[in-house]
This record gives sequence, C-alpha cells and structure tokens, in this order.
Amino acid sequence: MSGKRIGAEAVAAKGWLRANRWLILRRLSQFGILALFLLGPLAGIWLVKGNLNYSYTLDFLPLTDPYVALQAAMTGHFPERLGLIGLAIVLVFYFMVGGRVYCSWVCPVNLVTDAAGWLRDRLGIKGSAQLSRNTRYWVLAMTLIGSAASGVVLWELINPVSMLHRGLIFGLGAAWTVVVVIFLFDLFVMKRGWCGRLCPVGAFYSLLGRWSPVRVAARERAACNDCMDCFEVCPEPQVIRPALKGEGKGVGPVILAPNCTNCGRCIDVCSKEVFSFGLRTDNPASTARAD
Amino acid sequence: MATTNSKSPKSGIARRQFIFDAAKMACGVGMLGLGLGLYAKQAKALPALALRPPGALPENDFLGACIRCGLCVRDCPYNILELAKPETPVATGTPFFTARNIPCEMCEDIPCVKACPTTALDHQLTDINKAKMGIAVLIDHETCLNFLGLRCDVCYRVCPVIDKAITLEKVPNPRTGRHAMFLPTVHSEHCTGCGKCEKSCVLEEAAIRVLPPKLAKGELGHHYRLGWEEQKKAGHSLIDESKMIDLPDRLPEGATLPGHYDPASGHTESLRGLAGAEGGIIPGAPSGLKGKP
Repeated sequence: MSGKRIGAEAVAAKGWLRANRWLILRRLSQFGILALFLLGPLAGIWLVKGNLNYSYTLDFLPLTDPYVALQAAMTGHFPERLGLIGLAIVLVFYFMVGGRVYCSWVCPVNLVTDAAGWLRDRLGIKGSAQLSRNTRYWVLAMTLIGSAASGVVLWELINPVSMLHRGLIFGLGAAWTVVVVIFLFDLFVMKRGWCGRLCPVGAFYSLLGRWSPVRVAARERAACNDCMDCFEVCPEPQVIRPALKGEGKGVGPVILAPNCTNCGRCIDVCSKEVFSFGLRTDNPASTARAD
Repeated sequence: MATTNSKSPKSGIARRQFIFDAAKMACGVGMLGLGLGLYAKQAKALPALALRPPGALPENDFLGACIRCGLCVRDCPYNILELAKPETPVATGTPFFTARNIPCEMCEDIPCVKACPTTALDHQLTDINKAKMGIAVLIDHETCLNFLGLRCDVCYRVCPVIDKAITLEKVPNPRTGRHAMFLPTVHSEHCTGCGKCEKSCVLEEAAIRVLPPKLAKGELGHHYRLGWEEQKKAGHSLIDESKMIDLPDRLPEGATLPGHYDPASGHTESLRGLAGAEGGIIPGAPSGLKGKP
C-alpha cells in the first residue's frame, strides 16, 4: 500500500467537507430512509409502513420494488391497484435518476459492502478471487426463469437485501449471519464481490437505469492528473475509463455505463474537480478547451 | 467455408473463449438456480401449525403472489401476524401466525387483506366468516376433557362462530352409564380457522388444533352418490326396492338387542331354506336371534 490515502489530495485541495460531500449525503440518504422505516416499529410514528419490497407512506404514497414485482409476474401474479401505482412511481423515478441509485443511495447492504471495501483498503488486503462482472446478469436471468419454473418469488428466498432491510424493521433473526457472510466475502474473498458481481437486484436496477438522464460526467477531464483516486474509490471502476480517457477516441465525458451507481464518490475524491453530475444529453465528443 | 477463412485466427480464439465463458457461467449459475429451486420446493411445505392470514391464496400461489412487504403485519390491529425469519421453517419474509400463541381476531373490516398490495390475500374476501385460514380439528379424543365426560366446553364457548363452527353433540357416557358427554364437533363449512379454540384449549397441549384444510379434510370420490340424498332429489328411490335383498343386521359376537326389530331376520323364513343356510343359521346373525323362527 502506498503511503498516500485515497482522497488525501482532494482533502488538501478542497477541504474535508467538500472532499466527502456526496458520501455524507449518501449516508444521510441511506440512514434517513432506514430511520423513516424504523420510526414506526421503534417510536410508534407510522410515517412509512412496509419495507423496500413495498411500502406505503403516510397512507398516500405506495412504492413497489419492480424486481420483486417482476419475479411475482413471472409466476403469474400481479399487484393490486396500489401496488401497480407504486410500481409505476418507482420505475419512473429510477429510470430518471439512474437505476443503480437504488444501490448507492437506498440499499442497506451497500453500507455493509462499503464497510468491507473500506476495511479491505485499510488493511491492505490484496488479491481477489476473479469473477466476471456480468455474473449478476446471469443470476438475474436465473431468478426470473427460476421464478417462472418454481412458482415462487425465487430470489426473495435468500435475497440478502430484503433480508437485512426487513430484518431491521420486522426482526432480524438469523439474517445477521447472511450480512456477516457478505461482509467477510467482500473483505477477504472478492473485492467488491457482492454488489459488483453477484447481486441480481443491482443487475436489474442497472438495466432499469440504462437510459437515465442523470449521469456523472468527467467534464473537466482535461485537468485529470492521473492520480487514480477515482478508480481506487469507485465500486464499479470499469465505468470511468471510457468517459475520462475518451478524449482521443472521440468519446464524450458522460459516464454512460449503466452500472455507474451515481454515488458521486469520484466527484468527492478528485482534487481537480474533473467530475460532476449532469445530463447524459450534454455529451460533446470533445471537452478540450479552445481557450 | 469462406466466412471462417476470412476471419483472423484471433477472432476464432475470442469466439471459443466467449463460448467457454458463457458455458462456465451457465453451469455455475445453473447450479445456484438448482439449489434455489430445491429450496423453493422445501419452502412450499408450510408447517401444519403455521397459518396464513385470512384470504391467503393456496400455498403454491401464495409464494408467487406475496411480495413479502409486511403491510398485512402492520395493519393487523392485534399484532398477530409475523414475517418469517430466515431460520423459521416458513418461506422467508412471508406472513403467518401460530394459533396456539395468538389467534386471529376476525376483524369485520379485514384490514390485513385491504393492506395487501398484491393478490396474495384475496381482495374478494369481504366477509371474514367466509375466511378459510384452516380448519379446527378435535385431534385428541383421549385427553379432551369433554371426551372424558367433563364439561370443559371452552373451545365451544370461545368460537366466534359458536353453534355453527363448533357444536356440542350429546352422546351417552358409557363409562358411567348414566351421564351424557357433550362432544365438541367442528363443522368445516363454518370454521374459519381463526384458532381461538386452539388458543384457549385448557390442556398443556391443545386437543383441538387448526390444521390446513388439506390435512384436516377428507374428500369423497367424485363419482360417489349418497343414496338418501339422490332419493330426496329424485323424489323416489333410484333403485327398485322390491328387488332389494335386506340382509340381517350384524351385531358383535354375543351382543343382544332386546326389542330390536330386524325385518331381514324376521321376514326371511324362506331365505333360511336356501342352500348354504342349513341349520337356520345365517352367518353373522346375532346370537340373540338364533332361536327365532
């Protein structure tokens, strides 16, 4: 491990707060959503009922997880009116902001795998079992075909995402073992293994956000000093290169890969302020400054 | 083959690699799928004492329709339902209750069904008395206090559909010879499976239990016809009764029924003359009737 910590340059250049801004917002979002769900069972304030599979907020806003609904549909069962409305809202939302925003801003397992990733870095654990990042799409296909074949919402039998989230709200039981296994797997066995390679929930949401307008873009890529911090910190580093290094190939600066989770960590750790949120349409082939 | 020749060897290797990688994935993920599928099969075997909320689809459909959101759990005013934890032998995340712990209160507005965002709980169910969460079965006749001749009656008293779903049937108590026994008797067409009877059974282990209909109910062969009902429907017997042979009533060895009139034994003088009936003994004829003409 080099002496340099990821983001150290950014902290020096921009100050701690701006070098962690999106991370802080993201944690606020993750914990805030969890808190809203927990307010009912813990404090008796029922703003939100249910869990990430389906929730009903203030007896007004239904939200349905489209991946679970799709698995149910594969078994031949469809939501009722509120479930359908919730489905439409969630589909439109993630279609607009980026499917994998679910992963980085909502999913509770992200807290676990981020912690494992952070600790892996701090402990200097090198080496990782190799597994294609496309594995998740195979798992996704398997859960859909399997749901149709078995008549059971298949992934929900073992889905760690809903097990953890539901567990925190309705009683954890043995679900903590699944969380520990994922943490240890990401820490010792495979770098970014769960979210980055295996989880079909993320795979589904990446497809949902395939054409999302909100994207991270390396607009100031001309200023890049190749410190590699963005690659180090990114949970899906393969998405960065085409946008950041595409100037010579006539590729625009917008990160178009659907597996970008819009977590904004690259924006944080870049001391040169290369990255920023923007629209995918604002994607000129060349960002070199004329002046 | 012109097309293959035109390609560089490199693309051939790449294609081979692609096919191998795909096969590797398909096999690995296929194995995971197979494991999950077998697990799903296990998950369909709902334990007999785990009851689904009112209006729940049959288990096979329920596991496909339920999205494990817990809204039914939340909207149950008596906190009866729980979501299965991973270690519970019920499909993870699905709602159930255990009657012996806490039974369904049968709310008239059925809030759990209303809360369900899918068809897992059938929204057609608007009358809670039509619910079929299970069927109570008085499963142990050896320990039930009423079967011992006592007047416990608790299951009967607590039944929300009293005198329909559970009745007390009066029969003589053969032990004392002069008392009655009031046997709690479940009538499945009225029982909702709420579990109040099981919950309130005073025994250490409940003698009456709510079971899934599949376990609790027998089923007649579909070709079966009950003669007396067909007779009622048709207004007359479906067979020619004049040609009916009425066999003598059979009683246990040594039993007598003084005053019992058995037309078959009383009016079958001629029958006794038939071959094989020599000695006036009809096989199985009660000994008390042997001396009769």
